[in-house]
Amino acid sequence: MKLSRRCFLSFVVGGAAGTALSPLPWKLMDDASIWSQNWPWTPVPPDGESTYASSTCTLCPGGCGISVRKVGKRAVKIEGAKGHPINDGGICILGLSGLQLLYGPTRVQAPLKRVGKRGEGKWAAISWKQAVSEVAAKLGDLRSQGKPQSLACIVPKEEGTVPQLLSRFMRVYGSPNFFRMPSIDDAYETAVYLNQDVAGRAGLDVEQADFILSFGSAILDGYGSPVRMFRANSRLKETHGTVIQIESRLSNTAAKADKWLAVKPGGDADLALAMAHVIISREAYDKDFAANKIEGFDSFARMVAEKYTPETATAKTGIDFAVISETAMKFAAAKKPLALYGKGKGQTPGSLKEVLAVQALNALVGNINAPGGARAVPTLDYINWPDMETDAIAANGLQNPRLDGAGTDQFPHARHLLHRFPAVAEGIEALLVAESNPCYSLPDSQAVRAAFDKIPFVVSFSSYMDETAMKADLILPNHHYLERIEDVPVTAGVPRPMVGLCRPVVAPLYNTQHLGDSILQIAKALEGTTASAFPWPDYQNCLKTTLRDKWQTLNTKGIWMGSEAAGENNETPSGKFVMMNNVIGAIFMADDVSVQGQNADFPLVLIPYDSIRLASRYVGDPPFMVKTVSDAVIKGQDGFVEINPDTAEKLGLADGQKVQLTTPVGSAKVRVHYSDGIMPDLVAMPRGLGHTAYDAYLAGKGVNVNQLIGPVEDPASGLDAAWGIGAKLA
Amino acid sequence: MSSNEGNNQKDVIDDAHGASPAHPASPRSSGGGALIFLFFIIGLALSMVVGWAVFPKVLYSKKNQPFDFNHQVHLEQVDNGCESCHFFREDGTFSGVPQLAQCTGCHSEVLGESKDEAVFVEQYVYQNREVPWLVYSRQPDCVFFSHAAHIYGAELECATCHGDIGTSASLKTYEANRITGYSRDIWGRNISGIKHHTWDRMKMDDCAECHEGAGIHDSSVQTGRDACFVCHK
Repeated sequence: MKLSRRCFLSFVVGGAAGTALSPLPWKLMDDASIWSQNWPWTPVPPDGESTYASSTCTLCPGGCGISVRKVGKRAVKIEGAKGHPINDGGICILGLSGLQLLYGPTRVQAPLKRVGKRGEGKWAAISWKQAVSEVAAKLGDLRSQGKPQSLACIVPKEEGTVPQLLSRFMRVYGSPNFFRMPSIDDAYETAVYLNQDVAGRAGLDVEQADFILSFGSAILDGYGSPVRMFRANSRLKETHGTVIQIESRLSNTAAKADKWLAVKPGGDADLALAMAHVIISREAYDKDFAANKIEGFDSFARMVAEKYTPETATAKTGIDFAVISETAMKFAAAKKPLALYGKGKGQTPGSLKEVLAVQALNALVGNINAPGGARAVPTLDYINWPDMETDAIAANGLQNPRLDGAGTDQFPHARHLLHRFPAVAEGIEALLVAESNPCYSLPDSQAVRAAFDKIPFVVSFSSYMDETAMKADLILPNHHYLERIEDVPVTAGVPRPMVGLCRPVVAPLYNTQHLGDSILQIAKALEGTTASAFPWPDYQNCLKTTLRDKWQTLNTKGIWMGSEAAGENNETPSGKFVMMNNVIGAIFMADDVSVQGQNADFPLVLIPYDSIRLASRYVGDPPFMVKTVSDAVIKGQDGFVEINPDTAEKLGLADGQKVQLTTPVGSAKVRVHYSDGIMPDLVAMPRGLGHTAYDAYLAGKGVNVNQLIGPVEDPASGLDAAWGIGAKLA
Repeated sequence: MSSNEGNNQKDVIDDAHGASPAHPASPRSSGGGALIFLFFIIGLALSMVVGWAVFPKVLYSKKNQPFDFNHQVHLEQVDNGCESCHFFREDGTFSGVPQLAQCTGCHSEVLGESKDEAVFVEQYVYQNREVPWLVYSRQPDCVFFSHAAHIYGAELECATCHGDIGTSASLKTYEANRITGYSRDIWGRNISGIKHHTWDRMKMDDCAECHEGAGIHDSSVQTGRDACFVCHK
């Protein structure tokens, strides 16, 4: 029997009918829909009992307590620690995203040695033994050549055992070139020293203040300890306190403030001194405080009366004098008024004149060393290591002045001037970089990278493959902050001494090593006095013996708090707050900080701004955070600049248009975003974008504003006080 | 009918080719109807066999549990029923399948003479390895399910969803869906999806059936919305 076509078709039709009458298609459809959701990258939290590990966040200087939820050995969620004196259960978006830094693809997983060209990204994994011995060999070589001063080190902060181990290492090795990354701490430290003769920092009692006068501080975008500032702002709203924001751009803080004063950029110091003029001339100052606790009040009063008249103030600030007067009088009339210094998150030190002017305002209203005011918090004194013996090589090396010139006759008011790095890098033959990313976050980052290229030997201790690690010869990766133990002194404006404890939440995932141990091992490999300056067998032993009686408190509570620095703690000979003397007078007489390159070629001014959604210090934005950034800030790979519609129309630029933004130090393609919240003739760009390193979630998105802005030295201190730069759009 | 069709076809061909001889008549042109119907039936029958009998065998792979487990024996030994081992944690979450640490309280060494007991103690307890149980009721992760809401809130019995596993003397063979990776017990043993008991299936429709039947319109705590959002957050 021969099968006909018709029989075959009939068979197929029968088959189709039978299939339809069977569960096969329906079941397959159901299974296919489930299968289509089984993507391997869909995060599925592990199942099991939740446990909590407490630690301290180190992603910014804020020092928040964190409670990390774990299932088994896996950390699954970071939450704010309830009852913690700084954040009491709150957490910021960066702290919340820390697990993506822990488990993400940007970790350096083993000690790496560069095998390609600098920056090419070709590495060979080496053993820790080899990594330590290579660093020790190079550093030993420099010492044997009698050039220990050509070793430099960059740290994000000075307080704490790890930075202090590095500092001690540098001293016993013989180099004065121990650099700290710039921040408003530089300016506040100098002010506290000049005004109150205290070696320490400013403590700002935002918890008790009822009136905050913010000179551009991003209260809602990451200033100080971000969660603490959020909470302070909320409390002021609830208790009908006042926040006045002085800023040339409508930031989140300005938008939520009770009043926004749109000051001409660079006019803040003049505005503060004009307010001082009003408060003094209308006798609204705290007379008792002025008479008993202020030194140099009369000469200060004369200075502001002569130099900061209504006419000059209005011209320099662009704010009507009536508004200045009204604001000043309200400030003086408040019970606990507090003036804050520091633009944005406080990553640029800024003008010494301005910080002194802001502190003078606090003094005029009698709110120095008082509840709700500004206090001088002495540097923490818990690190008391035995004296160390230095050899002749080190003694000779330490005779050399610091390469950045800080503390010299030229720059007596600065302890660190790292923005001068490109100019001084030629004197550096070996560089150690710890927990910071200078190739990204220093001003004029192109020049910084070029300077790195000239340094023969660069060692990074970064946990992440960041821009600076990419420029290194050796990477000795530190444990991630959720994997290590470390003391975390809180420096971000808290009004009393505080030290948090960062504790391992998970076991190290990769072949990394605690930076403290790396330093000890390098020192020991160098032998001689360098080795004997570090008597501890390992970092943990060093930490415990250093903390002594504080260890128990830290280990049980996670934080140690010093006594509340209430009352008088000026260290000046008179015991008073020095508002004016020859030194301070000279600073008030110094020129204002002008921007680089503002002329006919660069008719606009580019200003950077900070956003809580964009991490702009050592770590880059984890993917969670990038996803929260508005499409008026970044769209696809394109970054935007904010510009006033009037200015844009004058230049013939449409909203969303791609343009070339050029400044005297760099150029980049950006898109235009019309914003009525920015002053005409300014363009604003956020910090924290334009990474070239890290992963595909971050690299190549937008433009790094630091590559477009160069440092501008404050005439009074030499600190970087750049608030903008001349720019053009074409 | 088929004959007419054949003629019509021939006519068309003839029209197209003029007077040339027609193709020889097809063998199907006469008496093919029964045969065609037979093929239809064969196709129908074969595909039904494939769909109902072969397909389930191909779709599911059989996997044995690491070793057998007797729920019945354990249930007799404990005071608090299922919750003795499948307990709620202090924070209200459900522990699910016991961890090794719970078992070792009693099974620190071999108890009795069962082969499975020996496997358990020697391969897992002594080596401190968690038992990789294959969980019959494991669901995709897109659902927020709270045991506490069902046991304490709705006061359901475990057996309402899990059947009589608590009184079983041995574990049945685990059948994994080759496409989705989930257990056959989710769709149900019956490939047609028909169920006779509430515990026969654990698909979304089965959840919905009970929720609708009981008139549950609780809105989601997180989203404040009803329907899908109660379980799919």
